[in-house]
Amino acid sequence: MESIIQGRIYKFGDNINSDVIIPGRYLIYIDRERLAQHAFEMLGDGFPDKLRAFDILVAGRNFGCGSAREQAATAIQGLGIKAVVACSFARTFYRNAINDGLPIVECPELYPAVREGDEMRIDLSTGKIHHGAKDYPFPVMPDSVRRILELGGLAEYLKSQLSGPPA
Amino acid sequence: MGMTIAEKILAAKSGKSNVAPGEIVDAYPDLVMSHTATWRSASVMKRIGAEKLYDPNRLAIVLDHISPAKTEKYAADQQISRNFARAHGVQKFYDIDAGIAHLVLMEAGHVKPGDLIVGTDSHCTIYGSLGALGTGIGYTEVTSVWITGKLWMKVPASIRIVLDGKFAPGVFAKDLMLHLIGSLGADGCSYKSVEFYGGSVPNLSVSDRMTMTNLAMEMGVKCVFVPPDEKTAAYLENRLEDKSTYRPVFADANAIYEREIPVNLVELQPMVACPHEVENTKPIGEVAGTHIDQAFLGSCANAKYEDLVVAAAILKGRKIHPGVRLIVTPGSKQILLEAMNSGVLQTLIESGGLVTNPGCGACAGDGGMLADGEVCLSTANRNFLGRMGSGKSQIYLSSPATLAASAIKGAIADPREFLQ
Repeated sequence: MESIIQGRIYKFGDNINSDVIIPGRYLIYIDRERLAQHAFEMLGDGFPDKLRAFDILVAGRNFGCGSAREQAATAIQGLGIKAVVACSFARTFYRNAINDGLPIVECPELYPAVREGDEMRIDLSTGKIHHGAKDYPFPVMPDSVRRILELGGLAEYLKSQLSGPPA
Repeated sequence: MGMTIAEKILAAKSGKSNVAPGEIVDAYPDLVMSHTATWRSASVMKRIGAEKLYDPNRLAIVLDHISPAKTEKYAADQQISRNFARAHGVQKFYDIDAGIAHLVLMEAGHVKPGDLIVGTDSHCTIYGSLGALGTGIGYTEVTSVWITGKLWMKVPASIRIVLDGKFAPGVFAKDLMLHLIGSLGADGCSYKSVEFYGGSVPNLSVSDRMTMTNLAMEMGVKCVFVPPDEKTAAYLENRLEDKSTYRPVFADANAIYEREIPVNLVELQPMVACPHEVENTKPIGEVAGTHIDQAFLGSCANAKYEDLVVAAAILKGRKIHPGVRLIVTPGSKQILLEAMNSGVLQTLIESGGLVTNPGCGACAGDGGMLADGEVCLSTANRNFLGRMGSGKSQIYLSSPATLAASAIKGAIADPREFLQ
């Protein structure tokens, strides 16, 4: 994970739930690409493929609410999305995103200012989003959490923590 | 400074004397539940090369979603879970016959007041019905807790919901929760711990409390509690392996709450959640007459024995509408047996219902899928777009009483019409 994330944004509304992000029938998969093929498919209208043209999702309140399915974060990564910025996240999605290595940022001030297709830049190390001519600050994540993101998720972090070969 | 129930449990499980909202602690859960997702956690463990569990006695595994296996892939996944349980000596392992994890674990006495329980399911909040702190996590984090025994947790701020008065006839715990979710919103209690108090609480059954703490997830809670009382003690009396482990945790009198929400139960009426969000609730009068194709009496929210009894009381001696498919999925094997012995099952079948094996059933997309344009009324906890099949189908949510009345009418109906 880079500390600077830059690209085009796609904008969602409030309460995008994890059933919509990845329907339960696909939870038999855990790999990014397979999950991505079905991400957001319930919305019809060219989903999920149209999201492949974007880099960052911006959403309203309570993104990822509902089921605790970790594959919601995995599926989003499979689409090539590099970060999600929302006014707020459901706590299960928030944890799962970090554990899956997907950077997430809570920044309610940004939401009304952006439109689909806009370009923006997120700096995770300084806690700033640059969009248009403005900077939007957000709280920097604790080092322990950034370490999990840098390694690509909790599984890789755990692997790095396992001390020596088993006796 | 006084502490709330969530603060006390998180302090105890992280070895601290005091914690405050916002503080991050390393907590050691008493129980880690994993359901059908177990194979994913086991696969992560294998991938990272970990071999030893922190404590196999803290694991509970229940194969409840998509059970029995409906495809070869599910069969292979379940095989991984079974082999994992066997290889690591996991005693609290329940196979496809048991039912929905949450109900199975509570029935088996694996949940008690003051416990910290995490699991691969957002509705782990239901353990608060017995005074335990339950909350959902993903499968990789389950692997982490399996190996390290702990996880970081942020201490949530707490909200009091104070219930007074009695439910009017035809109004139930489900209606209370749909009322709360509708008025507070899907993120109305986001990241918070909720505690239920008030003069009504002693009269609410453990089954009601399970419905309340299950549905509370749909307003974003991290955890939720009904403080333990005589009913909690009676429920656990013959279930706990060691009775001396029954040690209720209560909030201090000077605990700090962010907010207090009063509700008078007398003022409530039957409620329905309309597609495609649980917060989209309406009083029954505004949706009565909406055509339904399927009625699903199931899920961890409302497929307990009491729920089946409520539905059967309305369906007794009546037939469901010929245009409706009534699918009854008892929450657990114990519930199925009880309903069989009491005749409730016979009533449900004679009225025209189909009774399936216990488990998550149609709520998790296992049988009872919906085609384009179809409408299902369900006693479950979620009506999200496409959750039960087609993206062009619709799901409404209600109490078991409203469900039974609606199955008879072929359209969403007020259960009060069927009360003597």
